[in-house]
Amino acid sequence: MTSEYVDALVETASDGISFDGLRVAGDGEYTFETPAVELTELSEAALRDVAAGSPYVTNWYFWHAQTPQKDDRWAFLRRVEDAPLESETDSIHDRYEALDDGVTTTWGQLEITVTLGTAGQREYSLSHVADGADSELHSYDESLQARELARLDDDGRYRPLKTAPTLGTGWEFSGLGPEALVEAVGFFYPATITNWHREQNGNLDVSHWTETMERQSGIYQVVTTWDRGEGHEHVEWVAESCCTDSQCLKRREWQYDEERELETHGGDGVFPCREPCSLVISAARKFTKLDAEPTHSYEFELTPSEKEQLEGLIDAVAEGRVGEIREADIGKDANRYRTRFLRARRFDEDSQLCGVPTEEE
Amino acid sequence: MPDALVIAAHGSHLNPSSSAPAFDHADRIRETGAFDEVRETFWKEEPAFREVLRTVDAEEVYVVPLFISEGYFTEEIIPRELRLDGWNTDSWDSDGTSATTATLTAADTGQTIQYCGPVGSHDAMSDVIVQRAKSVTGDPDVGEGFGLAVVGHGTKRNENSAKAIEYHADRIRGMDRFDEVQALFMDEDPEIDDVTGFFDVSDIVVVPLFIADGYHTQEDIPEDMGLTDDYREGYELPERVDGHDIWYAGAVGTEPLLADVVLERTVEAGADVRGAIEQVRNRTRMAVEMDD
Ligand code: SF4
Repeated sequence: MTSEYVDALVETASDGISFDGLRVAGDGEYTFETPAVELTELSEAALRDVAAGSPYVTNWYFWHAQTPQKDDRWAFLRRVEDAPLESETDSIHDRYEALDDGVTTTWGQLEITVTLGTAGQREYSLSHVADGADSELHSYDESLQARELARLDDDGRYRPLKTAPTLGTGWEFSGLGPEALVEAVGFFYPATITNWHREQNGNLDVSHWTETMERQSGIYQVVTTWDRGEGHEHVEWVAESCCTDSQCLKRREWQYDEERELETHGGDGVFPCREPCSLVISAARKFTKLDAEPTHSYEFELTPSEKEQLEGLIDAVAEGRVGEIREADIGKDANRYRTRFLRARRFDEDSQLCGVPTEEE
Repeated sequence: MPDALVIAAHGSHLNPSSSAPAFDHADRIRETGAFDEVRETFWKEEPAFREVLRTVDAEEVYVVPLFISEGYFTEEIIPRELRLDGWNTDSWDSDGTSATTATLTAADTGQTIQYCGPVGSHDAMSDVIVQRAKSVTGDPDVGEGFGLAVVGHGTKRNENSAKAIEYHADRIRGMDRFDEVQALFMDEDPEIDDVTGFFDVSDIVVVPLFIADGYHTQEDIPEDMGLTDDYREGYELPERVDGHDIWYAGAVGTEPLLADVVLERTVEAGADVRGAIEQVRNRTRMAVEMDD
């Protein structure tokens, strides 16, 4: 083990090393510098001596030989341990001390903790932010298993949108290496690392609503007909319905078009959304048809409480609160008994509200 | 040079089993270690076609569509969403069932993409259909005394989809393995509803040429064939219909040997994965023998 990183250091020294406070150079005769020491005119044997066990050297080796070198993955792993993206010049002791206790960060609903293993290696663990120390957790160690965990929510329902805030709880990964961590995060939240990294570098390619819809073909082409002239309130409704933080943890960066920003808040998530996703496009197809329908005047006789109950019902469904309403909590608009009472009282035998037909007869 | 395999499938917003074949075949190929990276990508799930290439490290990427036929998805949607520079529908120079591969550059990432034809129109798919018949009957020698029906959508949905059905039915007929082989369709003649009318032999294996199990393979086809009045009540294997025994196989895409076709597609495009193909074939062969 020791020889591996020392060998690598000796081999690379002639190219000059400058990383996270470590500076090594030379060929045959070497210099070795850290914020604490400055050694010159070292023989290879002497260089090997100082290098063995040096946290600066193991740290250098970890980031160059044991970490995925693809820019975005590398940058993500730096973020995970709260290290600056560019190499540090200061002492790494503070970071190593923090790593000894474990450095924790979040990514959507994921909590990632990194600790120091042997010889500068990092070990990562991964769990759900909502799971605490006293939660009962199933243990996993293969990143591929994340794909299964991401499929269903805690009620066993299929999650068509990976970044919906409905990730199931009750699991943990431990002992992951850097490659495996990146892979697991990729299964939970596909492509978030790479898009986050692009954004960090100022080159996130955002495809706004209008251009994304214009690209559609087949049954989705109809969405391009959903055009309200100068206004774009319809797209505000879509963003409010599907993209707010309560529905999706991506931070929506796409707007109506290059010039016209949406007023709806894009969310506070760490990773960006660069274009309307397939779920939103499918929904928009239905919304297009709904919004194209002309309105019609109906006359219903309702009590004030019934009108408010209908509003409360819609609200409860839209916020996903129906499941929380207790069986006997008749005071709640969306309580099942109360809703059945409304139906019994106001629907006719054809399930029409107050007996009013939808189409004129 | 490191290379990657991307398996591109349809996926679903509603049905979690839609993506299962893509995952399962990807895992089989992962186990062989033939590629440095293997990724699944979907039209309806994530990672989306638009973003999958950025999640791949390799400079050279083999993309294999896990679709049955050449057409809208494989010739229009996938190349558009992957941003394959210079793609056009002649790039495969195909008559509808003869696509091979096109070498293109992804405008988004600069990677070299070997864009392969879909699994469904590859010759090796005929072997998967036969393998499916072996699996569902539990008989590695199935053939004599059996008829085989290969089932798909008709031309209404996609002309090439019907072509692929006929193509494999012809090839399997040419193997002289089954007493009778028939291509049948869901929405045109010869229609699946009359399946027993097309066969003289009493035992008929029915293999739908679909990638994933879902509404068509689990509800429509069993009810159309008269295996059951209500798919929720299930049916026997084989199920007796009009004096015939029908061995209904479900979607061919769930057959483990399909991983072999994915690999064959990459071989056509220049990948050196012969060893992996052997492994996949051996494993699927062993699986049938162990079931006996
Ligand atoms: S379009 Fe909206 S719902 Fe879809 S991923 Fe982006 S933010 Fe989330």
